[in-house]
Amino acid sequence: MIRTPLRPLARILKARDQGENPDRIEAENRRLRHEQMQDRARQRAEGRLLVLAGMFFLAFCTIGLRMGVLAGTVPEEPTAQARGNPIIGQRADILDRNGRILATNLQTHSLYAQPPQMVDPEKAATELAAIFPELDAEELLEDFTGERRFLWIRREISPEQMQAVHDIGDPGLLFGPREMRLYPNGALAAHILGGASYGREGVSSAEVIGVAGVEKFFDDQLRDPANEGAPLHLSLDLTVQAASERVLQGGMMLMNAKGASSVLMDVHTGEVISMVSLPDFDPNDRPRVLTEGDQGDSPLFNRAVQGVYELGSVFKIFTVAQAMELGLVNPDTVIDTSGPLTWGRFRIRDFRDYGDELSVSEVIVKSSNIGTARIAQTIGAERQRDFLGQLGFLEPTPAEMVEAPTGVPLLPPNWSEISTMTISYGHGLSSSPLHLAAGYASLLNGGTRVEPTLLRRDRPQRGPRVVSEEVSAAARLMLRQVVSEGTASFGDVEGYAVGGKTGTADKPRPTGGYYEDKTIATFASVFPADDPEYVLIVTLDEPQIEALGETRRTAGWTAVPVAAEMIRRVAPLLDMRPDVETLTPVGVTLTSN
Amino acid sequence: MRSFLYIFSALAVVALGFWAYRENYTTQEAMREVRDLHRDIGAAHERLQVLRAEWAYLNRPDRLRDLAELNFERLRLLPLMPDAFGKVAQIAYPAAPLFPITNPIEVSSDNAPAEEDQP
Repeated sequence: MIRTPLRPLARILKARDQGENPDRIEAENRRLRHEQMQDRARQRAEGRLLVLAGMFFLAFCTIGLRMGVLAGTVPEEPTAQARGNPIIGQRADILDRNGRILATNLQTHSLYAQPPQMVDPEKAATELAAIFPELDAEELLEDFTGERRFLWIRREISPEQMQAVHDIGDPGLLFGPREMRLYPNGALAAHILGGASYGREGVSSAEVIGVAGVEKFFDDQLRDPANEGAPLHLSLDLTVQAASERVLQGGMMLMNAKGASSVLMDVHTGEVISMVSLPDFDPNDRPRVLTEGDQGDSPLFNRAVQGVYELGSVFKIFTVAQAMELGLVNPDTVIDTSGPLTWGRFRIRDFRDYGDELSVSEVIVKSSNIGTARIAQTIGAERQRDFLGQLGFLEPTPAEMVEAPTGVPLLPPNWSEISTMTISYGHGLSSSPLHLAAGYASLLNGGTRVEPTLLRRDRPQRGPRVVSEEVSAAARLMLRQVVSEGTASFGDVEGYAVGGKTGTADKPRPTGGYYEDKTIATFASVFPADDPEYVLIVTLDEPQIEALGETRRTAGWTAVPVAAEMIRRVAPLLDMRPDVETLTPVGVTLTSN
Repeated sequence: MRSFLYIFSALAVVALGFWAYRENYTTQEAMREVRDLHRDIGAAHERLQVLRAEWAYLNRPDRLRDLAELNFERLRLLPLMPDAFGKVAQIAYPAAPLFPITNPIEVSSDNAPAEEDQP
């Protein structure tokens, strides 16, 4: 490049000769040079901009093309990054406390039809009806020859049925994989497990959703893929549950009861070890909800959780324990039990006349309504309500089932003095057997509140204190006396020191008042009474037996023997050793010669 | 020197290309294998699930109880009752093992007088 000097000598000399300012030539040249520089810079900048625009264009093209490709392809899981277990059941298993299966899944197939692809609809319809007896050939033919392009025939079919449908050989009959919820133990723990059915359905898969019980309560957790199929451990013990159902079934038949329920609960952890409600059902084939009549008679109805009943004299121990806790009485205080006790237009009577006075222990042992009502009068409505609230009788149980919130206790609308007196012996307040189990456990485990749970726990609940250790021990002693010398003498199981309280309540008529000949018999027990581990509640609905020439409906004749048999069967299964005093001393005899 | 560099870099490009090509195919092979393994694992899981369900079904308490009743003659199984518990003291100590007889004493009545009748 030729660089033009700023002050070319020839022009300068010429200008000097003509008397002009040579600086102007320099300025002129400088201007020209700047212009050139400017042009070059602009050119370069424009070139750069062009390159940049090209780059942007390419980048946008790339992104656009990539988006187009992504939008156009079938979504596929990136297998290279697949970690962990890729194939897990759609719904997690439910296990009992020892890991035995209560609910699991099984691969089956569903059967559907695409009528446009059918070769011989008539033959397909008749042969399908032969394989599945509940299908009607004419209806099927109507569906196959009609407008429909797709229809489900069966949700689940067995491998044998699948083979039989294969053998029809019609290309319009197709199978889709299905995961089926299976309850291998049949009706065992049916009310707790609930059941499952299908949600949204597609050809290649279907949602399995819980419809009741634990299955519905933990639906999200069981279906959450993030849990990787981690099973749900319940607090139930399969063996104990089976033994309880067996004993209760037998007891219900022997006692001619129309329904029965039992709850076995750990007093320290609040775990429900077994919970039975009879009649029951098979969750694999869940019956339909009753469309008429009383829902309480449906096999779907869980008497132990949803059934709220006036449970009768089993409540007396709460009254007495509260009075002892408040320091109003001690087990030897003498109570006036002369009757009948009249309050306004109400009269409170005892089952028999127990004389004019009884000690507090005897009030419980003999089950005196009058004595308990008098104690309740000294406690007062406010304090009684608070105490029952602390034991959980004023709200539904927090058990992990969808049905639990429906077991709302029925409280008197106005907690007056007469309500206080009747509630003290278990009338006027309706609660479920599970409430009662939790109340007994809280009162007798040393006096701290426990809440019932259906999940396996490892450690005792440390709830707020309800009564002191001493009151709890005194209450257990009284309950032990009820069994050893009181109304529940049939409940004594050798070696297990059973303590308990009977309760016989007349059933309320739907129209008001009470039935003469229909009762709810309850036995609430704790064993062993000296160092409590379990609480067992047995409730029979309308029991009635003939014994010693009389018709008996009281709990002492009906619920108590059933509960005793249940303890006899269940306690060894719970690893409890009977504590039997040996008659002859065993051991080394010291001798000397 | 420069030509050597050119040839060297060209060879390096060819070698790297070959290496990348092989890596690509081994990766694809490995991914195919992973896919197959996943399918196998899935099938095994399914089979395991069926077996577990069948095991649970065959061991359901109803069936075991019926079987125990049917085979009572042979098995004599009864429900576990409180009297099944014993005390350690009730169990006898194992009998001491018999030592082999090393110095036998001949006790025989072969040569005894016939009139000495045994009581």
